[in-house]
Amino acid sequence: MGERKYTTVELMACVASRLLEDRKTVFVGTGLPMIAAALAQRTHAPNLVIVFEAGGVGPRIPTLPISVGDSRTFYMAVMASSMHDVMSIAQRGYLDYGFLGGAQIDMYGNLNTTVIGPWDRPKVRLPGSGGANDVGSLCRRTIILMRQDPRRFVRKLDFITTPGYLTGPGAREKAGLPEDTGPYRVITQLGVYGFDEETKRMKLLSAHPGVTVEDIKANSQFDILMPDEVEETKPPTEEELRILREVDKAGLVLRRE
Amino acid sequence: MEVLLEGEGELLAWHDPDEMRRWVAENKSKELVDKRMELREAVKKFVSDGCYIAFGGFGHVRVSMAVIYEIIRQRKRGLVMAGKTAVHDVDILVAAGCVEKVEVAYSFGHELRGLSPASRRAVEQGRVKVASEWSNAAFQWRFLAAAMGLPFIPTRVMLGTDTLRKSSAKVVRDPYTGKPICLVPACYPDVAVIHVHRCDIYGNCQIDGISVEDFELARAAKRLIVTTEEIIDHERVRREPYRTIIPYFLVDAVVEVPWGAHPCNMPYMYYFDEEHIAEWLRLSKTEEGVREYLDKYVYGVDSFEEYLELVGGVRKLEYLKRLEQLREELKIPGR
Repeated sequence: MGERKYTTVELMACVASRLLEDRKTVFVGTGLPMIAAALAQRTHAPNLVIVFEAGGVGPRIPTLPISVGDSRTFYMAVMASSMHDVMSIAQRGYLDYGFLGGAQIDMYGNLNTTVIGPWDRPKVRLPGSGGANDVGSLCRRTIILMRQDPRRFVRKLDFITTPGYLTGPGAREKAGLPEDTGPYRVITQLGVYGFDEETKRMKLLSAHPGVTVEDIKANSQFDILMPDEVEETKPPTEEELRILREVDKAGLVLRRE
Repeated sequence: MEVLLEGEGELLAWHDPDEMRRWVAENKSKELVDKRMELREAVKKFVSDGCYIAFGGFGHVRVSMAVIYEIIRQRKRGLVMAGKTAVHDVDILVAAGCVEKVEVAYSFGHELRGLSPASRRAVEQGRVKVASEWSNAAFQWRFLAAAMGLPFIPTRVMLGTDTLRKSSAKVVRDPYTGKPICLVPACYPDVAVIHVHRCDIYGNCQIDGISVEDFELARAAKRLIVTTEEIIDHERVRREPYRTIIPYFLVDAVVEVPWGAHPCNMPYMYYFDEEHIAEWLRLSKTEEGVREYLDKYVYGVDSFEEYLELVGGVRKLEYLKRLEQLREELKIPGR
């Protein structure tokens, strides 16, 4: 194997970007999702409509925004609106994809971004839902981007901030969430995951170059469903890398940490 | 309606809509009067210890920092804050000891810049209480319910999660579909503070770019302080009435504060001051650092103009303007 010409973060951004179809809408948060959506727009999905929760709809993102409300999120946009409007549009059924992150995830794709430890005596207080619960409740397909390790892929969440498939098949509908919504993919530094049709449990779709099934298993507290044959994630192309680094010139996401 | 589940969170800033109608009848003048006043007076008059307060804008965008610094300077205590994606406002007010409780949709973080050391520390040490959890949509719909003069509004978010369990929302069986639906209670803040691009002396306000939830918040709050980049002629408002997002009779105070959102982003005018935000994030890692910051930038200055000089004066402000107009490349400290 030759020397890798890309970082894991760049690979994750490319995988996320390729999932986004042209002529669809995507609800985007800060960080990696923004550059993934910008990359998609500059490659296979020029008509992808990027939507920000604070009110930016369909911008031509000039350079990576720092906040989901900053002026870059409605630069040359089709509409500079309000949160009520954007969230209502999502509830009405106009938003196809949504991005999420998390400090913890379980096998049904439920996410925690609120607290580590007990809620009333937190070990670590995290920011809370923000728009995450709304994205996870209302978008048709949500894509989760996060780091994978045994502290993050957990059997039981400390707090369910954002709904995945809750307790399994039929649970979302029973809770009153809109039909045909829920987690679609999980992308980590190790692999790409989907959710089994029948059980709604997380299953491996592809492992990143150089990652083994053992690595994947060792980095999860719960059992991930395994396919008979494990595919390898397609690495970023030169073109994708060039565009990514152009979108995030200041290194806000790509050179973080 | 059958109640299926009740959140355990503390119900705050909720009132019977009839009580709020009476309050409006007794307290809100519809007279076209000059409402301009100094920052000091506006805060003294309308922000009292223990009140429920909400700031307009979003995160680090179009936030009335001038009022926030003045609240700290006047050493207000026991505030209850709407953490409706509240970033720098909650962080610095918590750090300064002004806040007792926060209702959280998004707080204690600075988005891409990472977590907020000072306010996180306060929560983890129990100095500040999280009264309830919300999603962003749910929180602003609470303002919408209040803006509409309703006790609650039905939504399809938060269902099935702990976010709902720790909120003060209720799940009922919707009498139309028969499906569970989440009712979020109206939120009528005692006071809201909104920074706008321009308004007249009476408080007819224009905002350029996204309004986030300020349309709803302005109508939901009992008292409303407006800070503005610029005061415009009343006749201009009348010539372009479609641009008014907040009409004057909602407004209690108008304070002219150019650059009043610094170090936040004021769309079409100036971008984030990343250098200054980084300084805050660095200093607020320790309590000594918090004191150093507040002594230098808040207690140590008499006016917002003096503060602007201290953060870099005209040269810095011109740079932030060029950044906003994409005529300068953004440099992130430490990257």
